[in-house]
Amino acid sequence: MSVWVYGEQKSELGLEGTITRKIEEDLYEVFIGPQHPGSGHMRIIIRIDGDIIVEADPDMGYVHRTMEKLAEGREWIKNVPLFERMAIQDACNVTVSYIIALERILDIEPPPRAKYLRTLLCEINRIAAHLYGFGIFGVFIGHSTMYMWSFADREVMVELAERLTGARLTHSYPIPGGARKDIPQDFPQAARKAVRYFRRRLEEYRKIFLDNPVTRKRLEGVGIIPKKIAAELGVVGPVARASGIKYDARLAEPYDAYDEVEFEVPVFEEGDALARAWVKFEEIKQSLRIIEQAVDWLERHPREAPIHDRFWAKSPPLWKKVFEAEGRVKLLPLMANMKLPPGRAMARSETARGEIIYYVESDGKSTPYRVRIVSPSARNAIVFKYIAPGYKVMDLPTIYGSIDYFPPEADR
Amino acid sequence: MDLAQARKIVEEALSGIEARVEEGRGFIEFIVSKENLVEAASRLKKAGFDHVKSLTVVDYKAEGKFKIVYYVSSYLNEDLAGVIVGIGTEVPRDNPKMPTLVYVWRSAEFQEREVFEFFGIDFEDHPDLRLLLLTPQVAEKRPLRKDFIVKEEPIIRTTPPTG
Amino acid sequence: MEGNGGNGGRVYVGNLDKSAKKAKQLVMGKLRIGKAVDWATAFSLWPVHLTTSCCGCEFAATWSPRFDAEQHGALPWVGARQTNMILIEGTVTKKMACAVRVTWEQMPSPKFAIAMGACAIDGGIFYNSYNIVRPWEIIPVDVYIPGCPPRPEAVARAIIELQRKIRKQRVVSKWIEEGWRPDKEYVKPKEDPCSWWRG
Repeated sequence: MSVWVYGEQKSELGLEGTITRKIEEDLYEVFIGPQHPGSGHMRIIIRIDGDIIVEADPDMGYVHRTMEKLAEGREWIKNVPLFERMAIQDACNVTVSYIIALERILDIEPPPRAKYLRTLLCEINRIAAHLYGFGIFGVFIGHSTMYMWSFADREVMVELAERLTGARLTHSYPIPGGARKDIPQDFPQAARKAVRYFRRRLEEYRKIFLDNPVTRKRLEGVGIIPKKIAAELGVVGPVARASGIKYDARLAEPYDAYDEVEFEVPVFEEGDALARAWVKFEEIKQSLRIIEQAVDWLERHPREAPIHDRFWAKSPPLWKKVFEAEGRVKLLPLMANMKLPPGRAMARSETARGEIIYYVESDGKSTPYRVRIVSPSARNAIVFKYIAPGYKVMDLPTIYGSIDYFPPEADR
Repeated sequence: MDLAQARKIVEEALSGIEARVEEGRGFIEFIVSKENLVEAASRLKKAGFDHVKSLTVVDYKAEGKFKIVYYVSSYLNEDLAGVIVGIGTEVPRDNPKMPTLVYVWRSAEFQEREVFEFFGIDFEDHPDLRLLLLTPQVAEKRPLRKDFIVKEEPIIRTTPPTG
Repeated sequence: MEGNGGNGGRVYVGNLDKSAKKAKQLVMGKLRIGKAVDWATAFSLWPVHLTTSCCGCEFAATWSPRFDAEQHGALPWVGARQTNMILIEGTVTKKMACAVRVTWEQMPSPKFAIAMGACAIDGGIFYNSYNIVRPWEIIPVDVYIPGCPPRPEAVARAIIELQRKIRKQRVVSKWIEEGWRPDKEYVKPKEDPCSWWRG
């Protein structure tokens, strides 16, 4: 039996033809990056025939900081700030699934208040990360107004996150069994004000960016990923949803408070760069809805320590005093060298760029035996190889920007 | 759909192939022999599992083996999207070789390259088995194997500070 | 000496190096051009678009409307050959070290470097990683910014600090006078950072 038998399925999808057009003469090899005029610390080696890309080879690993290996030497809780560095503008989303995996091994469930607090920060992060993506996308296609606007408006969300957690980007907010801090007294008003502001602002974004004829000329019909090929390539997040795949980790396996709040998952059928921008745009609207609901819920319910009783009941009186005075859960000393029972767990969460998966294996020590991370950008990198060929060199930044590729996250 | 139902579907699809079932929290995995892996994977694909979410390799140094598991799920079949199913095999630590599943799941391509550089596992017939993230000098050390040790400062000081 | 053209043109022959040095001393010292050069360079710092790591998020925010570091006289620019400052954002991996060095060598002197984040100082949270290098082994660094990641205000502060350094220590004018940087050895990496690429 030969493996090539299964290759028939591949050719039926037409992937074979997209890899390369065999033209030996007049091919130029162009090295783009890692120093290039956009964000991004990666290199794409492309071969062009005239102006058409015939082959693209993403050369990743410029930000590979060996997180999987370092995690094996560090205590469970110390890995939270480590993994956060994958995507610091999306810090809560990328670490929450690691925490959920730990909770699955510990067999505990956080209290509802902690769930809502995490959901709240996740959505604030999602908006901030989408705006970051829009800003970089703007830089890529030469639309600097978009960079200026979205980075200015992103500060609103960063400011909210700062009020909630005390840090602009690296929050280290979720911990096993709960969250680090309750909302400050004046937070609900500030959050509602931000939501009102964004609703008004998004309309202007639509006018200047998504419905702008110049932008549409550059985005429409570029980097089309048909639904079947999107599933075959295993792309995630807004890239998959722009191709008509209705998949969202928040729906497939609801975590935190996502099974209690109301939201929709925007799906577009076109599969081009414009559709991917629209997905992100619509997702911001849904995130605003979730923020409102989470804030309402948190206001309605009495303040209590957002952490599982297993940790909180044993904590010294000083910890309780600090919580009453500042609303802050002081990190418990027993968490520092906490030992997890032997076991294996997997958890997924939906970050701004797509689904992140953690596989965690414990052998009963205070450090993990193995942590495997598959980040959304790592899974989306395959788009460069199979989708970019056939388009013009000029379209490469559009494809790059539209899949919102973030190298530190991809390289881990 | 929960894991018990998914187990039934996969067991039906894998009928005739000997598989060891292991359950973790949040996933279920089927360990088959190296020879049956391609056949088992293509049957899973026919059952609707259309993409690889994670290719996870764990180095069990004490037992002298690598466990390689492809965690798959579905995009096009919304029922299956809620479960993560693993299909995998075990290979010995010295001179590890195994068949590639790129021709079954194209989404495994980059992750197989990653496993190749971090663990030194050779995927036979892989169309493009090159280094992905590391430089050749670093990749030679096979950094994710357990015998490559990264030193860590201890979190708790064992000796009292002097002075 | 009479020229051989016959039209009365003259060619003066002397020690060219010596006279050039004299002229330079005259211009930079007596005519006080040096001070103007220092002043002008301090307010036209162009950081190159080389994002090495995740501190790039704050790097981008530094030039956003809220923090607006452009008011201090610095603006990121795309091509290495039109820039004179490199802002290292966090960790530099072994693969990236080559890119950092190549970009640095492409930049025209006088040029400066700011290292941003704890990782750029001594590895930070990745201190024991097998795939990183310290940026000061690759290029000479002028100003370090602590923090993980540093706030955008800290980045703006570092730019002001660098301007102060250039003007107070007369870095640029001395550089032009001496032909090299007196206060900082021109760091040459011990190992070739691009060895993985050149093979």
